[in-house]
Amino acid sequence: MAYKRQIDRLPIPPSDATVHNVTCHYCIVGCGYKAYTWPRNKQGTTTDNALGIDLGEQQPADGTWIAPSMYNMVQQNGQDVHLAVVPDQDCVVNSGLASIRGARMAENRPSRVTGTQQQRLSDPLVWRNGVWQPTTWNDSLDLVARVTARIVAEGSEDDLVVSMFDHGGSAGGYENTWGTGKLYFDSMKVKNCRIHNRPAYMSEVHSSRDMGVDELNYSYSDFEITDTIVMVGANPLETQSNVFLNHMVPGMRNGAKFIMIDPRRSVTVNACEEVAGPENVLHLAINPGSDMALFNTLLTYVVDQGWTDDDFIAASTFQAGEAVGEGSGQPASLGSLDFAMQDIRTSLAEGAEICGVAEADIVKAAEWIAKPNADGSRRKCVTGYEKGIIWGNDNYRTVGAVVNLSLATGNIGREGTGCCRMGGHQEGYYRPGDGHVGRPATYVDQLLIGGGGKVHHVWATDHYKTTLNAAQFKRVYKRRSDMVKDAIDAAAGGTREQLVDAIVAAVNAGGLFVVDVDIIHSQIGQAAHVILPACEASEMNLTSMNGERRLRLSERYMDPFGNSKPDCLIAAGVAQHMEAVLREMGEDAYADQFSGYDWQSEEDAFMDGYHQGNPDVTYDRLRAMGNNGVQEPVRGYENGALVGTPRLYTDGVFIRHGRDDGKALFLSAGWRGWQAPGKAQEEASHEFWINNVRANIFWQNQFLDQDNDFVQDRFPYPFIEMNADDMARLGVSAGDLVEISNGNGATQGMAYPTDTAKPGHVAMVFGSPAGSQGNVVNPGVNELILPNYKHTWGNIRKLADAPPQARAISFKSKEFTA
Amino acid sequence: MKCNKLVDVGRRQFLRGGAVAGVGAAATLMTGVQAKAATPGAQIDYDSTKLANLADLTVNEPVDIAFPDADSPGILLKMGEAVEGGVGPDADIVAYSVLCPHRGWYMNYNSEDRTLNCPGHFSRFDAEAGGQQVWGHATQNLPQFTLRVDDDGDIYAEGVSDLIFGRPSNVL
Repeated sequence: MAYKRQIDRLPIPPSDATVHNVTCHYCIVGCGYKAYTWPRNKQGTTTDNALGIDLGEQQPADGTWIAPSMYNMVQQNGQDVHLAVVPDQDCVVNSGLASIRGARMAENRPSRVTGTQQQRLSDPLVWRNGVWQPTTWNDSLDLVARVTARIVAEGSEDDLVVSMFDHGGSAGGYENTWGTGKLYFDSMKVKNCRIHNRPAYMSEVHSSRDMGVDELNYSYSDFEITDTIVMVGANPLETQSNVFLNHMVPGMRNGAKFIMIDPRRSVTVNACEEVAGPENVLHLAINPGSDMALFNTLLTYVVDQGWTDDDFIAASTFQAGEAVGEGSGQPASLGSLDFAMQDIRTSLAEGAEICGVAEADIVKAAEWIAKPNADGSRRKCVTGYEKGIIWGNDNYRTVGAVVNLSLATGNIGREGTGCCRMGGHQEGYYRPGDGHVGRPATYVDQLLIGGGGKVHHVWATDHYKTTLNAAQFKRVYKRRSDMVKDAIDAAAGGTREQLVDAIVAAVNAGGLFVVDVDIIHSQIGQAAHVILPACEASEMNLTSMNGERRLRLSERYMDPFGNSKPDCLIAAGVAQHMEAVLREMGEDAYADQFSGYDWQSEEDAFMDGYHQGNPDVTYDRLRAMGNNGVQEPVRGYENGALVGTPRLYTDGVFIRHGRDDGKALFLSAGWRGWQAPGKAQEEASHEFWINNVRANIFWQNQFLDQDNDFVQDRFPYPFIEMNADDMARLGVSAGDLVEISNGNGATQGMAYPTDTAKPGHVAMVFGSPAGSQGNVVNPGVNELILPNYKHTWGNIRKLADAPPQARAISFKSKEFTA
Repeated sequence: MKCNKLVDVGRRQFLRGGAVAGVGAAATLMTGVQAKAATPGAQIDYDSTKLANLADLTVNEPVDIAFPDADSPGILLKMGEAVEGGVGPDADIVAYSVLCPHRGWYMNYNSEDRTLNCPGHFSRFDAEAGGQQVWGHATQNLPQFTLRVDDDGDIYAEGVSDLIFGRPSNVL
């Protein structure tokens, strides 16, 4: 049954409603919204209201409208208030467009009045007497600090393992990455740490940075004035929806051609064909994992045709052969274009064979990207790439191959160009130096599986849903954390000292003490001994930057749920308790390292961190910049406004690698097949390629949407897109529950017949709470511990007929039909 | 088969904004008068509106309608087999708003796969599954009109399942 809201009327915000600047905290795009709040007993009228329009009239297409999902009733300063979170027509990012995620910000706020998001954590929980008991911050933080301090003082900081977000938006942002960063990288030097979605602490785009190119170097407006848009392993209509709709679509309407490189036909390809016409869209449905061979072939062809931008290459790139040699922590050498071409050179015939596409299509792509116009002027090209290669085969070399082509054609640092990752979350990284972590960094999941680590602090990270080799990880993690639960249960009724002794004995015997900081009781939280409730954007002021480096202050407009707190203040609480406990232990010098956390608010954390490095930037100044904010880096403050940088490298000087010469480097590497261990054997011994994909409806907010009726009604089980012939052969019908299995584990989902799915290819949604795709992903990583989630093979069998919820949904094609 | 011709009729109705403002003003005045006499209901009352007769319908050929007023275009469909929310002797008659609940664009009916499709941002809705959004940006399924068929085969609309795009109240 399609979910019906049965709402036929909404409260109207009065003209004196309070208005707050809001940046959507879900995906990297960071669309601008206005949050209106007003007292419970007030309302506007059709003619006198906060929107300033006559609501007695039907609004036209693209007009302002408050959808039911944009409304809720929340707490503000302890009072129930009406809330409407409405897309901002004046924000240049989205121009009034709302995604299916951002337009549900209001209904995904916790409300005790309307009953939304009651899964949110309200109080600290401590494992006691066989269950999680609610308690105070002091009690819970004291236990965290006593166990952690004992372990690091008696052993070393290497016994403390930390999983922590590094992003903006949601519960990330400059405030919270600083709070956690100061705790673990300044007060301590924790090296056994990892990031929320990957098994070590590292960049996802090391090679681009090593080449001198920051991965976010353009403005979204560059899509509107370019000649060719290239997307590699990205699906922007679903995962950067309003970059596609508000910037790429205008670009195509202005004549830009579109090249999509992806083994799967996504809805993005369909929409491009609608906008630009099929003759201006080239979908290179390459063999999985062969992206690098394609880009090496394209660059070879461009070089041989003389279509390189020689002036740019001479002025802005390294000229003298090899600059950086291959070595440990350096998966490929770097240097001049001529030097790199020795390894890169790939003929059209070779490229077509490896990639499984026609030579003519490779030539067409090269022409669209780089063939000069009849008058000799150069074409402009924007290239965007994302998880298809970031989480794909041979990350370092493949990302480098993409950046190589943009450098060789002069398509970085100029209007209408760019070579950027499309991104997941917003960015919001401000931490002390992480040099002590090392490169390659510790493979934390393997460390934990191998019995390493004694205390694990987990910040908004759910390995159970979003790691590779998840089945084995969960088995070991449960066993180790259960040892500590058993020890706590056995110490019931004892003193705090006896409890800490029991926990320390259990971790010294192979157990693991787990502290989980999150906004909900997550799946990995099932293993936790202390659970600390965080709040997120909207319940705290939060600064982040989007995929074009646009920095905004998203204002707090409601109270944190229950007794939850911003992560930065939780980190401060951990530090303060560590200091007290260490002093009690007589470790005064060590205790001194945990001073400097007397923050009363998230703004204090911002001023202690980001502001120190960017002294022009304050909350007041950002608030004045509104939803358009300022593009980083901020260069000054003039005439009452922050001055930003719309585009990087306009001077042709490349500095991301830290080289004094300011010259970009080319990456020198040839195709070498499957890079990660075990992939080739897995492919050879299984029937299906298990692609992992994202979906418009809940990407970046599935953890909240597991408690959202509209979303659960559409996809009650994680979808697995399958070819109809494959389904028929396996006796699987639409909506049937199927199991994917291989030597790594098994997972389950719901078959979704998809006529564009190739035989032998299935696409399973990533990160679902109801079926972890990571269960079947092998532990293979690249030299810098980048996971290859995308290349997994398995066999499929039917588990059950379609359950009633699955039988009721639509299984029609996701592609628009005119 | 597409029904752009019928859709165009609806678009003209939809864009006819000026005439409607007068109607809205009159309705506001009447509400003000009634408020003194009677306590307003907890939910909106819709005027029962005759849309068509069973005899007017052909399977999978949409008929343009408007409900609850001329500014809210919709379509009436006979699907040929029982569907969610269907009325009539075959439980196969349904009606939906055709304003996309994402940004209010006027949607096309694709009779081949029986979906409503938004040319603005590519959202699409399944006419055979209660207006469920198959894929798109809207945060609700398509407003479905509550229908009644009387003994003469006349089909009336008498309610709406969701808020219609572009209005704070389904009855303005």
